[in-house]
Amino acid sequence: MSAHADTPAIPISFKRRAHDAVHDAQLRKNFRGAMDFLMAKRAAQFPDGDELERLRAFGNRVRARALSKLPDLLQRLEANLTRNGVKVHWAETVDEANAIVHQIVAAHEAKQVIKGKSMVSEEMEMNHYLEGHGVDCLESDMGEFIVQLGNEKPSHIIMPAIHLNAGQVASLFHDKLEVDYTEDVDRLIQIGRETLRRKFFEADIGVSGVNFAIAETGSLLLVENEGNGRMSTTVPPVHIAVTGIEKVVENLRDVVPLLSLLTRSATGQPITTYVNVISGPRKADELDGPQEVHLVLLDNGRSQAFADSELRQTLNCIRCGACMNHCPVYTRIGGHAYGTVYPGPIGKIVTPHMLGLEATRDLPSASSLCGACGEVCPVKIPIPAILRRLREENVRPPAAEPHHMRGQGSKYSRRERYTWKAWRTLNTSPRLYRLFGLAATRLSGLIPADIGPWTEHRSAPKPAARTLHELARDHLGED
Amino acid sequence: MSSPHSSVATPQATRLAPPLAGARNYPAQKPAEVYLFGTCVLDLFFPEAGMDAIRLLEREGIRVHFPQGQSCCGQPAYTSGYTDEAREVARAQLALFSHDWPVVVPSGSCAGMFRHHYAELFHDEPATLRQVEALAARTYELAEFLLEVCRIQLDDRGSPIKVALHTSCSARREMGTHVHGRSLLSQLGQVERVDHDHESECCGFGGTFCVRMPDISGAMVRDKTAALAGAGADAVVSADCGCLLNINGAFEKQQQSLRGEHLASFLLRRTGGKSDGVQS
Ligand code: SF4
Repeated sequence: MSAHADTPAIPISFKRRAHDAVHDAQLRKNFRGAMDFLMAKRAAQFPDGDELERLRAFGNRVRARALSKLPDLLQRLEANLTRNGVKVHWAETVDEANAIVHQIVAAHEAKQVIKGKSMVSEEMEMNHYLEGHGVDCLESDMGEFIVQLGNEKPSHIIMPAIHLNAGQVASLFHDKLEVDYTEDVDRLIQIGRETLRRKFFEADIGVSGVNFAIAETGSLLLVENEGNGRMSTTVPPVHIAVTGIEKVVENLRDVVPLLSLLTRSATGQPITTYVNVISGPRKADELDGPQEVHLVLLDNGRSQAFADSELRQTLNCIRCGACMNHCPVYTRIGGHAYGTVYPGPIGKIVTPHMLGLEATRDLPSASSLCGACGEVCPVKIPIPAILRRLREENVRPPAAEPHHMRGQGSKYSRRERYTWKAWRTLNTSPRLYRLFGLAATRLSGLIPADIGPWTEHRSAPKPAARTLHELARDHLGED
Repeated sequence: MSSPHSSVATPQATRLAPPLAGARNYPAQKPAEVYLFGTCVLDLFFPEAGMDAIRLLEREGIRVHFPQGQSCCGQPAYTSGYTDEAREVARAQLALFSHDWPVVVPSGSCAGMFRHHYAELFHDEPATLRQVEALAARTYELAEFLLEVCRIQLDDRGSPIKVALHTSCSARREMGTHVHGRSLLSQLGQVERVDHDHESECCGFGGTFCVRMPDISGAMVRDKTAALAGAGADAVVSADCGCLLNINGAFEKQQQSLRGEHLASFLLRRTGGKSDGVQS
């Protein structure tokens, strides 16, 4: 079996993509500038550190409470949505979710779908799937529109086209939309909007994501800044919302702190331009709105995270993107290098549940555990602690019980395990440790075999002539 | 929620990391004796900094004990996912501090390991956990201890100098002791602290991260050294030897003359103390 040139037998690794990204000066510049901008915007929204801490603790409790009764809340959500006339569908896998969407599309003989921004639809690769069935999908969020035009994937969960600067967007529009080249951002937005406007009226179906699904009232809340979300969910005759099962909250009261945390953490806005609350299809006496509303609730590995009290905290996420904006790794490699739908710190902790640890084996290691993500997360997900836990799952023997995660032990290596056992022996035996300190080659055999990489960017560390143990003994005596 | 990539404003890139929320209570009295936990990186690569820490403490009238059985806090294995190995190494350290003297650690990240992560390692061993909690309560990072417990008064004897302070991520985010480093430097009359670009960002060390992800770590340390060199500082100081190993290695590779030194060595030298430690 020979591998075709387009489909390498070995998928391009995370490390390879990261290598290319850090050497891409334009990419580095775009991300550094954009992340600095977003960090400053967020910081300006939270001038009072104590208030921020109180709010984060509150947000965390609201999410933890919702998750503690997740099955019950999902049932209430379904009952109340159904009462409101929304059809609820359950999908365990992305294939099931796509099949559900396709059934709805087929039932309406739909040919054109217009989409508001939805990361779950990215998770499903819905565009690709529907296009394979002869259905056109058009992204209406400006960032998503740009990314789709360039035949790319989003590089950020909130700002899909953040990897591009105005000049790059200008070239893209000039090439694909055949308009005059302009770097005027307002003009570029105008061009995009003009292109999209007609499409809202031509579409048979509108697709959107959901920010919060409210169990008590049976409603779906969606925030956005461009009005495209409202258009996608009200103009076409059918609206399909897709979301993950973790997005449910108990009641409208719970939404208030979460919404405030979300918009302030994400874009540094006190509130988004549009806040849509969708509570069912058009009623008999109403003039507009879709005739049919569907909600597809997707699991896709979330239940695996839910089953473990530590990993469950991953599901607190309200998808604000602050963790990526503050991440020194994301800032340097951008979103595409991760090779996953969700990049950055949240991507590293949520994707292993979706794709398994095998397919995401390098992601937990791609962090210095600096803690910037955990520090800003509005719902206090201890991302560094979860990354550490994923590393542990990654190096456990594949067959060891209990089995918490699909792909457990994907980085299991006997050699590395023995190295750490030797390290343990050395560091639990004062005599050996002392001998080791005395040995001239103090580091050999201790650090994992790939110490070579250290010297790519640094001179080799030089052990001192005498250890502190020796100096202290001379000075203080044996203790 | 996206809107297109809008014009990028000049960021507050040098915005300093704020103090950590939640204040720690400090003892009213300076103790007569303390333990010093030297840390493994310092032991091998910066032993003079450990000696300088001892001298600073002694000058405050404190008797320092250095348990010869100490090795490593266990962090490298812990952050690599080898929890069992980390726990056994941690257990060996726990046995060293039998008196209830404070344990002073010249490293934010190893102090953070004692104060925050040992409890995770021993969460299902109630008896050990009590011991761990007692240790956590009396563990102090060196700068924190000098300032808050010794209430040190530094008398600067040096000539005017500009200094950039690099704080480790654990110092900033776990221990909140970055503010202590700043306060100690500000006691020195002839020292002007200069803040470097993206002060609150990681230097890229991250334990085994720097060898597992060399490209990303390399990009981070290049940015960090460029920011430090660009700050116009005559000297770079830090209270964490992991960061220093990384930053100095990069400075040397880039053939820059700047080198970071441990805060303890800098403080001792500025205040007329003499380090008889061996230079590495
Ligand atoms: S993990 Fe936290 S910071 Fe990151 S996207 Fe989710 S809510 Fe936001």
